[in-house]
Amino acid sequence: MPVQQERPAERSGVPINFEQDVIQRRPETTQAGLGSEEFPTRQGVLADEDNMVFTSVSNLVNWARSRSPWPLGYGLACCAIEMIATGASTHDIARFGAEVFRSSPRQADVMIVAGTVTHKMAPRLRRLYEQMPEPKWVIAMGNCASSGGEFWDSYSTLQGVDTVVPVDVYVPGCPPRPEALLEGVLRLREKIAKGG
Amino acid sequence: MCCGCARRSRRAGNALSTTDTELRQIREGAGVDLPVIEDEGLETEELILNMGPQHPSTHGVLRLVLRLSGEKVVECVPVMGYLHRGLEKIFEWRTYAQGVRYADQADYVSNMLNEHAYAGAMEAIAGIDVPRRAEYIRVIVDELSRAASHLIWLGTYGLDLGATTPVLWCFRDREDILDMLEELCGSRMNFNYFRPGGVLYDLPVGWLAKLERFLNRWAKRIEQDYVEILDGNEIFLERTIGVGRIPADVAKSYGLTGPMLRACGVPWDLRVARPYGIYPELKSMQPVVFPEGDAFARYKVRLGEMRLAIKLIRECIDGIPGGPVRARLGHVWKCPKGEAYYTVEGAKGEVGIYMISDGRSPNPFRAKMRGASFVNLQILPWLLKGRLVADVIAILGSIDIVLGEVDR
Repeated sequence: MPVQQERPAERSGVPINFEQDVIQRRPETTQAGLGSEEFPTRQGVLADEDNMVFTSVSNLVNWARSRSPWPLGYGLACCAIEMIATGASTHDIARFGAEVFRSSPRQADVMIVAGTVTHKMAPRLRRLYEQMPEPKWVIAMGNCASSGGEFWDSYSTLQGVDTVVPVDVYVPGCPPRPEALLEGVLRLREKIAKGG
Repeated sequence: MCCGCARRSRRAGNALSTTDTELRQIREGAGVDLPVIEDEGLETEELILNMGPQHPSTHGVLRLVLRLSGEKVVECVPVMGYLHRGLEKIFEWRTYAQGVRYADQADYVSNMLNEHAYAGAMEAIAGIDVPRRAEYIRVIVDELSRAASHLIWLGTYGLDLGATTPVLWCFRDREDILDMLEELCGSRMNFNYFRPGGVLYDLPVGWLAKLERFLNRWAKRIEQDYVEILDGNEIFLERTIGVGRIPADVAKSYGLTGPMLRACGVPWDLRVARPYGIYPELKSMQPVVFPEGDAFARYKVRLGEMRLAIKLIRECIDGIPGGPVRARLGHVWKCPKGEAYYTVEGAKGEVGIYMISDGRSPNPFRAKMRGASFVNLQILPWLLKGRLVADVIAILGSIDIVLGEVDR
């Protein structure tokens, strides 16, 4: 049963002054996303004493999207093992809502490109990206996917996955530690919440 | 799945072995006579099913083109090369010291074993004697790496067959192994630890005691957790026993090595058959062999190798001597002219590097790598012929391929 907060006695019957009552009397909230530094409150996202939230639809939708990005389990090489390790018990990616690794691009929001992309694989990667429904984001995990990495002079690898698909977050490392991938997911959440 | 196995394990005990043989007989009978659908004038046609390269159960970017007649696989053509990074060419462009780092990338779940093959080839050409302490350290990190590889296989194979719990438990224990290797060489994967004539760093203070504690903990977990959740699980037994049977002569003719071959009853283990390092001195080194040749036997071989790794590491901890960990080679070391083929028993089978040095350049003239997964994968079309589609995953998973080593 939700508890209805009672309006203070001296204010019953008085119409709400938006500036005074809502903005200045905004409670310090611990609810993630509202008023925290990570998601600076913009004009219009406000909570008042009646547990009401004023916001625009796009802000709300962006906030909701950022909470649970479903990744496409696109493991290619060594980084894939670290990606599984991130999803496994020690570094639990479920803490950040991104544990639902989908095998089908139709159900995924984020493509985590984990590993070396070769020339043979690049057209398939592009096709999978196009099969993902909008809105969609890409995390380039590891040096190979970010810039070619240590295969910078190989005849068969792609020099960075951003030559094929637009990349939102680059995670450096060879392979990146699970903590680094988690950091990448958090950065992506920030970006999504800002409407990126 | 978890509830089922817990119930099962409570009443497991002696009944398990009889179930094992019964199931094997049933499956072997079923494997020969698949249900034949009577042709009643209906028009039927074969279906081409493309599996991969983006598929959760192909363990990477392998692509299988399956020709199906109903539920039966008529033909399977594996398509490789989606992860071909040109490693062998890159070896020719890098110095000997840098090449170790690239050897890591081949079989990226048991990196130390590739490094061992690469460093061993250099030592074989130049005739370098490795200090005894370094040989002991090499065995310890090799076996830890092998155990990490088998843990990943066990977890993902359970996942392939529908069990979610093993992958969480196996990665929990793998994290312990990686923590220790990280303390040793500063990286979780792609260690870059082997050098010609030894290893890069000596063991940190207190590392061996930590390792001992981990082994005690892990040995208990193998017997309690893994064995109970999979050996006592009827779904797992149904899907592995009698599936993907390979007779010993076929296995030999396809050139299989490693756990694949030892699960067919052939006691071929390079640590014994073509010994290197200090393996001949270790008393507990006995190849793990099972005669049945099916997917369940491969599972038992890999589980046995985890137990063997614990024994070997314990023996090394007891006998490790003091002294240097690297031979003195001088600041600028050049490999003399010559060529060598050096093999180690990898987690998947024989990992070998054939290296040619021209004696002048700082890079190898040629470094050919024998990937065990590549050779083991060849038997897949033979294995899948006439099997059901549902067995494709169970058979492919039991081969334990790593696409980095297949494509290189």
